[in-house]
Amino acid sequence: MGLQLKAGTRLRSAADTCEVVVVKAPAEPVDLRGGGHAFVAIDAEVTPLGVEAGFDGGTQLGKRYADEALGLELLCTKAGEGSLSVGETLLEVKGAKPLPASD
Amino acid sequence: MNIAMLLEMVTEGDPDRVVVGPSSGGLTSAGLLEQARRAAVLFEKEGAEVVGYFGLNSEVLPVALFGAALAGAAFAPLNYRAPDEQLASILPRVAGGPLIADAAEVARLRSVGVSGGRLVTVDSFAASVASASGDAGDAAEHPFVDPESVAVLLFTSGTTSEPKAAVLRHRHLVSYIISSVEFLGCSPDEAQLVCVPPYHIASVAAVLSSLYSGRRIMYLPTFDAAEWVRVATQERITHAMVVPTMLGRILDAVEAVGAAPPALRHLSYGGGRMPLELVERTLRDLPAVDLVNAYGLTETSSTIAMLTPDDHRSAFASTDPAVRGRLGSVGRPLPSLEVEIRGEDEVVVEAGEKGEIWVRGEQVAGEYVGHSLLDDDGWFRTRDAGWFDAEGFLYVDGRLDDVIVRGAENISPGEIEDCLQAHPAVVDVAVIGIPDSEWGEAVAAVVVLRLGSASDAASGADEVSEAVLQEWVRTRLRSTKTPTVVEFRAELPYSPTGKLLRRVLRDELSAPSQ
Repeated sequence: MGLQLKAGTRLRSAADTCEVVVVKAPAEPVDLRGGGHAFVAIDAEVTPLGVEAGFDGGTQLGKRYADEALGLELLCTKAGEGSLSVGETLLEVKGAKPLPASD
Repeated sequence: MNIAMLLEMVTEGDPDRVVVGPSSGGLTSAGLLEQARRAAVLFEKEGAEVVGYFGLNSEVLPVALFGAALAGAAFAPLNYRAPDEQLASILPRVAGGPLIADAAEVARLRSVGVSGGRLVTVDSFAASVASASGDAGDAAEHPFVDPESVAVLLFTSGTTSEPKAAVLRHRHLVSYIISSVEFLGCSPDEAQLVCVPPYHIASVAAVLSSLYSGRRIMYLPTFDAAEWVRVATQERITHAMVVPTMLGRILDAVEAVGAAPPALRHLSYGGGRMPLELVERTLRDLPAVDLVNAYGLTETSSTIAMLTPDDHRSAFASTDPAVRGRLGSVGRPLPSLEVEIRGEDEVVVEAGEKGEIWVRGEQVAGEYVGHSLLDDDGWFRTRDAGWFDAEGFLYVDGRLDDVIVRGAENISPGEIEDCLQAHPAVVDVAVIGIPDSEWGEAVAAVVVLRLGSASDAASGADEVSEAVLQEWVRTRLRSTKTPTVVEFRAELPYSPTGKLLRRVLRDELSAPSQ
């Protein structure tokens, strides 16, 4: 059971206030979770379920989270207390070295 | 994933940060979002598919850009300097919505056939989005725009043919920003002075990059060096992007005033060939300022390679000619994309060999209205000639279309220009091909000399003649690259965005001889 994602899809966490947008999506459905609970559509009505232990590291506004092997990349558009994971595997913050301003 | 999402994120992260205008009294991110939402209501009422902008820089530009994005309309900043015949070709292609124009341009736009109903002046647009009591009414939430929709249309200058409309979709611009800019990574005291015109890709990119990083934007209505220095000083500007023609004038203006803007610490330059001498002068005159040379194209959502401040300093300090020469490079490709040099057979060539610059990446649009130029694997041919050195620094040799074909030999003007530029009496130079009955094309150089070394100086040891410069090239390159003709001018023709207008010189020098 998972979500079929495509670039541009917006999702919200069922656990907390977190919202993400899909930057890169794998072809196969993904069991994407926030705070340990499955992510839902951006316009879904939710009563926050709370964050599960072990998935409580937090998700930061403006950070990118990725599972490189899976070909999944998300951008956090609203912060939350829960962590992002696929199944029980936590996503990693994409640590791009900031570039000097060029525009 | 659309560009308005970037503004929403900044508002979520820091709603009170001033992002446009003076530090006191400027527009906060929340204020900008609210105005953009009101603008979107206006655009939606008119069923706009495209929102045109025809005027100088102003603080309504970001409002119109994000307003169009929220309304799902393409934003099309137009070249207000374009001649009437080009406008007649461009305007019908942006007819699907309002045209926001400087009041001074209204009469001209009407005379080339724009209906009065579409025209809204910059001032009246600003007034209707600035207050909730205006026509726009309340700011509203808007449905999320598809990342595939067109965000920005930019018309090429059309120097050789009818202007083409380059398409940048939301996903291209958003990819560029989120892969190269750190979200709210700037301290609140950082401020960017934007002086490139609105129809330049660097203007669009400046709004998005600065906003996402949390850097306040100040606009100069149009470039003027003395005004640039005055505003940069008064507004404690820290960052700016300039094209080569602007930089020399800014340095002159700084010299005239006797002091550099006190908060200035970062200058990026790009958009054309930068004379090495000018880079070195900038490093000398503004030692505390970080320099970035950015190489990019409209079709690639701005920057694809950059020479960083550290690259500048280490090259400037080096006595190794290969390292020192990197001041003339555009640095290394951004880590988020791939750049290759390929030969005419489209096969990748080795470091040191010249060819065409190809690029692939999420930010690369490579598209004009009606057709994509990307190949099946997503590669875009830039039509720029260039090469990599052994350390991966990219050198750009100019447009392939400018290559001079003399007999069977392909000669790139850039190499000869660099050679002539190194002559102490030469201030500026353009090398072009002119028709030649024997060779097909011949090499011609148009040269601007330093004052006091005029070619017709009746006396003096520093007389620089055609023969002197021909000999200069012959001994440094080879005879086939030696200009057949050297013409002296007071200045070279440049577009307002710093592009050398080779076509103008070619037409002038190719005219039947008197």
